Amino acid sequence: MSGEGLTVRGLRVTFDGFTAVDGVDLDIRPGDLRFLIGPNGAGKTTLVDAVTGLVRASGSVRFGGEELLGRPVHRIARLGIGRTFQTATVFEELTVLQNLDIAAGAGRGPLTMLRRRKGVPEEVTRALETTGLTALRDRPAGVLAHGQKQWLEIGMLLVKDVRLLLLDEPVAGMSHDEREATGRLLRRISEDRTVVVIEHDMDFMRSFAHSVSVLHAGKVLSEGSVTEVQADARVQEVYLGRASEPEPAAVPVTEEA
Amino acid sequence: MTVVLNQSFTGISIGAVLLLIALGLTLTFGQMGVINMAHGEFIMAGAYTTYVLQQAVSGAGVSLLVALPLAFLVAGAMGALLEWLLIRRLYTRPLDTLLVTWGVSLMLQQLARDVFGAPNVQTAAPDLLTGHITVGGVTFANNRLFILGLALLCVLALTLILRLTPLGRRIRAVVQNRDLAEVSGIATGRVDRTTFFIGSGLAGVAGVALTLVGPIGPTTGTNYIVDAFLVVVVGGIAQLKGSVITAFALGVLQSVLEYSTTVSVAKVVVLVAIVVFLQWRPQGLYTLRTRSLA
Amino acid sequence: MTTTTSPAGTTATEPPVTAPPFLERFRVPGAFLLGAVLLLGIAPLVLSDFRLNLLAKYLCYAVVAVGVSLAWGRGGLLVLGQGVFFGLGGYAMAMHLKLADAAVTGQTLPDFMQLYGTGDALPWWWKPFADPAFAALAATVLLPMAVATLLGFFVFRRRVKGAYFAILSQALAAAFAVWLVGQQATTGGTNGLTDIQGFFGYDLDDPVNQRMVYLIVAGVLLLLMAAARQLFVSRYGELLVAVRDSEERVRFLGYNPANVKLVAYVVAAGMAGLAGALFVPAVGIISPALIGIVPSIGFVIGAAVGGRASLLGAVLGAVAVAWTQSTLSDAYPAAWTYLQGLLFVVAVGFLPGGLASLVTVLRRKRRTTHDPVTGGAA
Repeated sequence: MSGEGLTVRGLRVTFDGFTAVDGVDLDIRPGDLRFLIGPNGAGKTTLVDAVTGLVRASGSVRFGGEELLGRPVHRIARLGIGRTFQTATVFEELTVLQNLDIAAGAGRGPLTMLRRRKGVPEEVTRALETTGLTALRDRPAGVLAHGQKQWLEIGMLLVKDVRLLLLDEPVAGMSHDEREATGRLLRRISEDRTVVVIEHDMDFMRSFAHSVSVLHAGKVLSEGSVTEVQADARVQEVYLGRASEPEPAAVPVTEEA
Repeated sequence: MTVVLNQSFTGISIGAVLLLIALGLTLTFGQMGVINMAHGEFIMAGAYTTYVLQQAVSGAGVSLLVALPLAFLVAGAMGALLEWLLIRRLYTRPLDTLLVTWGVSLMLQQLARDVFGAPNVQTAAPDLLTGHITVGGVTFANNRLFILGLALLCVLALTLILRLTPLGRRIRAVVQNRDLAEVSGIATGRVDRTTFFIGSGLAGVAGVALTLVGPIGPTTGTNYIVDAFLVVVVGGIAQLKGSVITAFALGVLQSVLEYSTTVSVAKVVVLVAIVVFLQWRPQGLYTLRTRSLA
Repeated sequence: MTTTTSPAGTTATEPPVTAPPFLERFRVPGAFLLGAVLLLGIAPLVLSDFRLNLLAKYLCYAVVAVGVSLAWGRGGLLVLGQGVFFGLGGYAMAMHLKLADAAVTGQTLPDFMQLYGTGDALPWWWKPFADPAFAALAATVLLPMAVATLLGFFVFRRRVKGAYFAILSQALAAAFAVWLVGQQATTGGTNGLTDIQGFFGYDLDDPVNQRMVYLIVAGVLLLLMAAARQLFVSRYGELLVAVRDSEERVRFLGYNPANVKLVAYVVAAGMAGLAGALFVPAVGIISPALIGIVPSIGFVIGAAVGGRASLLGAVLGAVAVAWTQSTLSDAYPAAWTYLQGLLFVVAVGFLPGGLASLVTVLRRKRRTTHDPVTGGAA
């Protein structure tokens, strides 16, 4: 496990002149359950996009001694890095079992690919149990409840035996019970993996985070344990300051039609 | 040297026709993402509008001037009707739209055959546009110059509409974020129909221009439609100027290749060039780089 | 700012088309055997020579539809340039047969080359086609697959959008047809390669040999359907559906979706090539009119009408559309064009699952209770 942490140095992402991530440094130890928080537009998702190869970035992102920047998305995925999205993206027309089987199968040879699946691979069974989806394994993923889709997505990372999970707002839109279940699931997972969670839900963060990084305007504003970060005056300023001033117009075009 | 200049002008005039035809597509395909294969038949409708008008009005010059706005209205109305009847049900299924509108295209072609007959028909050009001017050994055919001017005028008008009018703002808002536009109080359905009306109307104008180049017939639009789509693909859907540059570039390339090889070889080479170009810029010349995964 | 990233939201979502349980149930191997008995046993017994020959032509279109069902129905790749591959296979076969015909009468050049009088040397790229093994094996299947690999590699590698791919396919079909027309002296131009007499030494005017050609076509169709069936139910088939659902997600799982799509595209191209090669002895002609933009789109309409995601649906749809076309188009050409247009509008616009899905819809209507699990897909 040693040396498998995520090290980010001077990460910078720009879109047509707009700098979304502006020189971020992060050190996430193996086994950590790190929460990335920050106001809208702080660059949290873009940071994860950069780490997973989705957007071009400059600087350095190293995981397990390997430089990630500049590699294609599927190569980064093969290094044991997995992510989820704000909107759960599972293969809606395939069953839960087929979803997990595909997730488990990158790197299968052509002969295996051309044959029908016989039985259930062991890692798939384990992931079904971990995520509590065993009873639903033959359902099409499209009919799952919102929370179940998120768990399936996490399960799809577990079957691949990923070592770093990057989860983008996993509990958004979940009920209270689903949040609790998800939190416990993340705890279990982080026992032998590194987990990074982007989250807006402060209660959820307080209950489950090991450590927290606060992003603001593309930079790391504060970092530490939940208590340390909460005590940080700058963090309070960003959050409280934003609450006191009027919300900037988020609607680019307003028309009466 | 004059050969080069003459070929360049030929290329530019090919480009002007391409541009005029592709301009409507920059709205319907570029802005709205609809692959409307019946766009070619709107071109045909514009061409036949000119033809019918010429049977009614005696002077070729007058009929041409009347035909331009009339063809815009006729083709635009057809487009709006198509949008209302079929396309609005298919916005989430772009590839299916292609096939559905192809079916419409087949039917419209057959309709033209039934009404006007299968053979091509010729319209008379106004005297002013039949001659040519020669400057320094280079020949500029008047009708080609007219089409070039018409194309540039349409580009200008479209740019102004998109940039300056409330309608243009609504169109851009719907393109950028349909849901947000809707909750902001924009009647997205009406905006879609208006966009389609303008885009299809421009096809009608292109049809009028085609009557100046040669005879027109039921398959007039189809002959150009794939090339026009390629212009938008290569130009990129984000900005009008991508299509403008591409149309002229493809026109010149085509004319130079046709001069040095044959028409058929030129077609193949242009296509290969496009595939190679997309290796370099898969989203086309001008794209909006955003965080979304488009 | 943090509310828009979603790999699913930005890819074009085509309608959920899954093969309905009705057709799935009486499938392998019973249905396969039934089909084999019908095609190889009963059809040659009850159909006249003329009708059997027409059926051979329809089955050639059905072979193309098998590939379309794989690439489009399963993989979501709208393959609008199948005419190119059909044409490559067809021309490869026809070139060999023309050379063989010429050799029988002691000539070195095919008849049309003598007619257009472009000298007496055979063009260099015709020469390999004199060899039956090259023509039959290499050119008819490998040539289309090679072209598909080349185009597919460049298009899929750079993640060119689905709509762009469809347009490029069409442009390819148009360019190929235009090129063939332009090379009249060596390709027969607009007429194409016609009047083919023999098929590997067998006289095609002999009805017995025509029946043999039919049996070959039917056998190839059955074989390819079995192969496609295996692809559909294999892990690869599941992965292909996954790529159609969400390409970006597949990439995050460590696969390269470009390769997944490429396989489907190339296999479909190979099938179209084989269909074109079989079309030549069955019908006796290959010409640009059979492979341009219009016929290329025509290749997908059969699959759309029958049900693009259902193998059987696509095959039956292709045969039905081809049958309707040849029944109507001579007597009422205008009516056929309107009907064809209407088929596109109705089948694709309002019944994206094709006739195969109608069966499911009707069955569901009869049921009073609505089960959200099975009902969700439509």
